[in-house]
Amino acid sequence: METLGLLADGFAVALQPVNLLWAIVGVTLGTAVGVLPGLGPALTIALLLPITFHVPATAAFILFAGIYYGAMYGGSTTSILLNTPGESATIITALEGHKMARKGRAAAALATAAIGSFIAGTIGTLGITFLAPPLVELALQFGPADYFSLMVLAFVAVSAVLGSSVLRGLTALAFGILLGLIGIDLQTGQPRFTFGLPELLDGINVIVVAVGLFAVGETLYLASRPLGHATLTPLKGRAWMTREDWRRSWKPWLRGSVLGFPFGALPAGGAEVPTFISYFVEKKLSRHPEEFGHGAIEGVAGPEAANNASAAGVLVPMLALGLPTSATAAIMLSAFQSYGINPGPLLLQTQPELVWGLIASLYVGNVMLLVLNLPLAGLWAKILAIPSPWLYGGILMFATIGTYGISQSPIDLILLYLIGGVGYLMRRFDFPAAPTVIGMILGPFAEQEFRRALTISGGEFSVFATRPLSAMLLGLAVLLLVVPLLLRHRR
Amino acid sequence: MQRLRRPEALLALGVIGLGCVALYETTRIPVSPMYARVGPTAMAYAASLLLTGLGVALLVEAWRGRWTSPPEETATPLNLRAIGWLLLGLVLNIGLIGPLGFMPASTLLFACTARAFGSRRPLRDAAIGAIFAAIAYFGFAQLLGINIGAGLLAGWV
Repeated sequence: METLGLLADGFAVALQPVNLLWAIVGVTLGTAVGVLPGLGPALTIALLLPITFHVPATAAFILFAGIYYGAMYGGSTTSILLNTPGESATIITALEGHKMARKGRAAAALATAAIGSFIAGTIGTLGITFLAPPLVELALQFGPADYFSLMVLAFVAVSAVLGSSVLRGLTALAFGILLGLIGIDLQTGQPRFTFGLPELLDGINVIVVAVGLFAVGETLYLASRPLGHATLTPLKGRAWMTREDWRRSWKPWLRGSVLGFPFGALPAGGAEVPTFISYFVEKKLSRHPEEFGHGAIEGVAGPEAANNASAAGVLVPMLALGLPTSATAAIMLSAFQSYGINPGPLLLQTQPELVWGLIASLYVGNVMLLVLNLPLAGLWAKILAIPSPWLYGGILMFATIGTYGISQSPIDLILLYLIGGVGYLMRRFDFPAAPTVIGMILGPFAEQEFRRALTISGGEFSVFATRPLSAMLLGLAVLLLVVPLLLRHRR
Repeated sequence: MQRLRRPEALLALGVIGLGCVALYETTRIPVSPMYARVGPTAMAYAASLLLTGLGVALLVEAWRGRWTSPPEETATPLNLRAIGWLLLGLVLNIGLIGPLGFMPASTLLFACTARAFGSRRPLRDAAIGAIFAAIAYFGFAQLLGINIGAGLLAGWV
């Protein structure tokens, strides 16, 4: 019941007119960047990080959370109308939803995606509300060694479990950790990996890395490909969801939500796996399995719900443990740092207004998004008509502002384009970008806990194995690495 | 040696190279004896060794032909003309943003990018780019309070 009281306080924060305005800006911007191929919430939040110097933390996080949720709604519009999944988690939506659109049922597909997103987002936010406080209770028992091991587990989970190759995921992670080490070591004052450049003493800015990988790298990659012309399926007619559609959608919405949430909340936060599971579950349970692959509404409703619920789930370890498991969450975590707020289990106690205001704004934002997306789907689809020369020209322009604005130094631009080049290679050779961003932001925290643990133990490395919790977490990490290898060898 | 010329193998060599540079840089981090055990180098060694090791593993995979790119990557040649236009835009941007300021430099970047993506009307693109740059400059940069330098236009904006 204490939770409900805190949540009520949160609503008092979220419903203040100024904060409502931030939420509207956030969800609108989020939907727009979700719709635009090539833009995503991670990139958008990174570009907006400088706003943290000008507005209170609550406002900034309400804005960021709105972008985060909004992008999920917007992404489904692109998948359905354009058949280009913006991210791996919307592959299924693209598959099944686009088939519906080609049959002239785009409006119904968009509606079931939006309502499914709303239901999943709300269930997911309920999950955050009631799961975060007990998780914090648990996390308060953690010592530095346990924390370090938990971070190792998260590292392994985000880089080895997701994505197509363990090796490439871990390579991306190691690269990110090295990027995070650049600059002056805060404990000893020694410069690391600065190559004698004074510009590097403060380390590489998160904005440079995120924008380089997600904007410059992606643009280079797309430019290097032959010019393809994805055809936009027109959103014609007012053929909205029929009674039959509702009957066939509501169970997949609920099942997808329940399925997606834990996948996001576990350190293995990834929205891709639950969408696939949801798709196959719905296919099994459907009375019309033959329609799957030809535009079955269940195949949009379930995976879309799973995707959104898992996105909500990611916020649980982020808020309760300070543990980001997606690129977007990692960038939000770095926003805490720019406010001087230490993310971690103490966050809920030291910043109740911020955290509960943020959670309450997720409920509010979901309602806004439903209103914004159901009647206005046609309007959002118009954004897709922006010709790609202008779209990518604009993306690079914003990338420049976001980076050059940090210090007005061309060095930052050079770094941006170098990292963009790396991002191009990562995209071309199928390295996931999220582990790099997570490694860069979480790496310094992991190092801090690592050194703290060893200082407490007097330099004994055994501390990581003798503390039961730490040993268990490290064991899990090893299992995550070894089991897939064994399975592959048996095949 | 044919196998080493696969793009995947070259990339793996690049990863190894990067790992070695990181290792070398790690050995140059000065360590005071006080922190000898868990000093600033522990994590740096771990990460650079990990990267080098992974690079070797990637090389082995590429060598054995177990790591290949899907045909849609290799079937079509790289669009070098587009990459060239894009790189030109980026280099111009780095060089001109200081002396000319954000708006002119970004307008050029916009036009070059548009060209890279197949647009054939440079003047129209530049005009659109200028409008975009103005919106970006007055809306985004001022809103965020980023000082990005008006450059040439400093006097009258």
